[in-house]
Amino acid sequence: MARKIGTVTEARPSPELVGLTRPEYDEIVRRLGRGPNPLELQLFGVMWSEHCGYKHSRQTLALLPAEGPRLVEGPGENAGVIDIGDGWAVAFKMESHNHPSAVDPYNGAATGVGGIIRDVLSMGARPIALLDSLRFGPLSDPRARAQAGGVVGGIAGYGNCVGVPTVGGELHTDSGYRGNPLVNVACLGIVRRDRLARARAAGAGNPVVYAGARTGRDGIGGAAFASEELDERSQREDRAAVQLGDPFAGKLLIEATLEALATGRVVAIQDMGAAGLTCATSEMAARGGLGMTIDLDAVPLREASMRPDEILRSESQERMLLVVRRGYEQEVRAVFHRWGLEASVIGTVVAEPELRIRWRGKTVASLPPYALAEAPAYRPAACEPIGLTERWEFDAPALPRTDVPDALQRLLRSADVASKRAVFRQYDHSVQVRTVVAPGAADAAVLRILESPPKGLALAVDGNGRYCAVDPYRGARLVVAEAAAGLACVGAEPLGVTDCLNFGNPEDPEVFWTFRQAVLGIADACRALRIPVVGGNVSFYNESPDGPVPPTPVVAMVGLIDDVERTCTTAFKEAGSVVALLGGGHPTLAGSLFIRELHGEARGRPEDVDFDTHGRVLTVVRDGVARGWLLSAHDCSDGGIAVALAECVMAGDLGADVTLPEAGRPDAALFGEAPSRIVVSLTEQNLPELIHLAAAHDVPMCILGRTCGDRLLITVAGQRVIDTPIHELAEAHDALTEVFS
Amino acid sequence: MRFGVVVFPGSNCDRDCVHALRTVLGQDVAELWHGDDSIRGVDCVVLPGGFAYGDYLRAGAIAATAPVMEAVGRFARAGGAVIGICNGFQILLEAGLLPGAMIRNASLQFRCRDVWMRVESTQTPFTAGLRVGQVLQMPIAHGEGNYYAPPSVFDALEQHGQIVFRYCDPTGAVTADANPNGAARGIAGIRSAQGNVVGVMPHPERASEAILGSTDGRLLFQSAIDSLAGLRGVTVGA
Repeated sequence: MARKIGTVTEARPSPELVGLTRPEYDEIVRRLGRGPNPLELQLFGVMWSEHCGYKHSRQTLALLPAEGPRLVEGPGENAGVIDIGDGWAVAFKMESHNHPSAVDPYNGAATGVGGIIRDVLSMGARPIALLDSLRFGPLSDPRARAQAGGVVGGIAGYGNCVGVPTVGGELHTDSGYRGNPLVNVACLGIVRRDRLARARAAGAGNPVVYAGARTGRDGIGGAAFASEELDERSQREDRAAVQLGDPFAGKLLIEATLEALATGRVVAIQDMGAAGLTCATSEMAARGGLGMTIDLDAVPLREASMRPDEILRSESQERMLLVVRRGYEQEVRAVFHRWGLEASVIGTVVAEPELRIRWRGKTVASLPPYALAEAPAYRPAACEPIGLTERWEFDAPALPRTDVPDALQRLLRSADVASKRAVFRQYDHSVQVRTVVAPGAADAAVLRILESPPKGLALAVDGNGRYCAVDPYRGARLVVAEAAAGLACVGAEPLGVTDCLNFGNPEDPEVFWTFRQAVLGIADACRALRIPVVGGNVSFYNESPDGPVPPTPVVAMVGLIDDVERTCTTAFKEAGSVVALLGGGHPTLAGSLFIRELHGEARGRPEDVDFDTHGRVLTVVRDGVARGWLLSAHDCSDGGIAVALAECVMAGDLGADVTLPEAGRPDAALFGEAPSRIVVSLTEQNLPELIHLAAAHDVPMCILGRTCGDRLLITVAGQRVIDTPIHELAEAHDALTEVFS
Repeated sequence: MRFGVVVFPGSNCDRDCVHALRTVLGQDVAELWHGDDSIRGVDCVVLPGGFAYGDYLRAGAIAATAPVMEAVGRFARAGGAVIGICNGFQILLEAGLLPGAMIRNASLQFRCRDVWMRVESTQTPFTAGLRVGQVLQMPIAHGEGNYYAPPSVFDALEQHGQIVFRYCDPTGAVTADANPNGAARGIAGIRSAQGNVVGVMPHPERASEAILGSTDGRLLFQSAIDSLAGLRGVTVGA
């Protein structure tokens, strides 16, 4: 209902008009010991929105493991922080910008990039990498194409200008995202451990400094808008809730903020993102157990006529709020001024835990910060969706015979598998001279750590709405497993995970059940692999008139490589090298991309992960890469081993002649999916070493064949089922170029 | 040798250039601030890539009027070595230190990928150590790299050997397919008549270490170091 706020006079907004319920209103009265005035009620409206308050998710998120020897900051700060040794740490986080991107794809995506960069910047870290996870409706639909083109343009427009390389990501399509695309953006930054910044106000009497762009009337109520379902009216009426990005100001803010932090005079810092000034002031004060007095007349405005509720709820971009040590405000302001940015003292930290907002000489709101910052937490009803287990039923033998070469072409052409080259080439992925493995070249992006050579960082982002729609628990486990496999393929040890959980309306018990199952799946998987979840974001209300989006938990996993010279890519490298499969598994067509692409709706339950096996397979792959034995490594995922082999062949422009282990039907052997299966290539000379290593870890290894020529030749059960020239594969694989040109 | 890398608000390759020159090549590097009216006695000026002042007018148009550009202009007219990379090239065009203009890529999209370019002129400090026909691999990352000029300017450029680099395929053939942005006559870089001012769209600083996939970019910087060491303050070329 947020869209109506703008038209409501300040007289007597009812709780419903600010998106709150009657019981929530009663809770506000209880916390304040009085009724809120209309302005105060609006502040509660944004801070207790689902987007800011995590009302329906908080108790479930507590299930995620957030411990580990390298963990510096877990959930609760603006980004998670992990120690990488030698006095350095990485800060990373992922966030959704789904609703803004649905209404205004370019600006919605652009401000998503800007927002996540500032979360990482708030930790004192220099942003060094961006990744995105995107979901759209089928790209045959002109509206989905326009959305996809706009979103990619927005990511490019902001990321390229701000000078942070976009090093990876994923893009999938499904009819379930037609009315509500998903735009999740992850950012990673690097920070000296002794320079880590935090968002905890301290020191009564310290000035509160506003820095960056002026406050305008854009993005007002954005947090509330993100917390409701989209409908037909959204397209025309919610534009005012979408922020407008200015990447130039974003770039200046990065440099100025890092320089300001380097003065040592900044006590605390937070960006003004969702719920703007309201969120930054109340959260920083609440974390420090203190209060603040804020003078709205000192806030730099774009329009002098802005009302207090507009100033407080504006989500104008490129703004930071700092608590500065008293007496040094001029020094800090001078840094921002040098970079051409505004910086004004707009208030003071006070000992009494009260957030007082003053405007034109009067106190217009006075609230305990924790009352605002701590939204109530709910335990929503959960119930297994009706008919879910029926979708597990799957009768492989009943499927008609498959035209194998045609099936491979169709899978390669599908948006899920097709080359993302046409997208990645629009992103600057080499700025900052850290990118060692470019986007699309391997299962994870690889950056060198200039600050601590010869180490490297690996980043992978994965999600799978297709699996999660049939089994959210298993699907979430598979997603974590795939991200970890991606890191292993480039030789990296996982450090931590950030997640973005995209679901429908949590007040719908079936939706909430899928959410809880997915969180449980991530939690179990991360526990099994001993990877902490350092934070993330929940995006509920991803619904359109077509219903909720498929449950889509997305994880971004960060890993460490000891020697970045020892990494690996997907491409086959040398003719005559051995092609082998590490990890056995039981590939199945149930839940596979093959079933969805060739037989309509996804059916059947995907094969679960055995994390003991998975861990051992990944150890062998990682060690094989680190010792320099592997020439290539690639995880089998969407489309099974046939697609994986085609990708290795196309990337290296080098053919292969292989024979696959049988798995029932030939199409199951080719296109069946299962976790813990990695296609590798290596020289004949290193083969005994790898066989020995695999045996030592009790990992099945199967020699498939040799690289050779310019065709992909695959034999199953004594029959040559695929014999296709590389250029034909590549033509199909290039299907997205036409969409994104 | 002392290099000066200019930092405009919105430059985003300044740190990369400093890294390549200082860390990789061991040179003395000063960071020159856009608002200063001096280049502090450096021997060679680098205008780095990025989006100076957001490029909210035309690419490079606002940066060309920055106080530091007056000093860069004086230095260039006196024969000082100046290289503009990507946005730096655009700034040199807007400042009138090189002829012609940049328009949007023919694809109307930003392009980031490796390209190959052929050395066409060695009459610059940045190519004096290379040979004509040598093929260099380095990345591009720009949305407006489509070089354009009136026919008379093209003729003059060709006639005086001012085209320094052309996009080519890995074998050195200048083809339409190898041209990533539609630039007229495959132009990837040009020089001033004197040869001391060079603009180039691809990024040599991103191709100066093997781990990044190419070391060809280092050749441009090394060439400048070598030629300026012998010919400091002296005009190179025709």
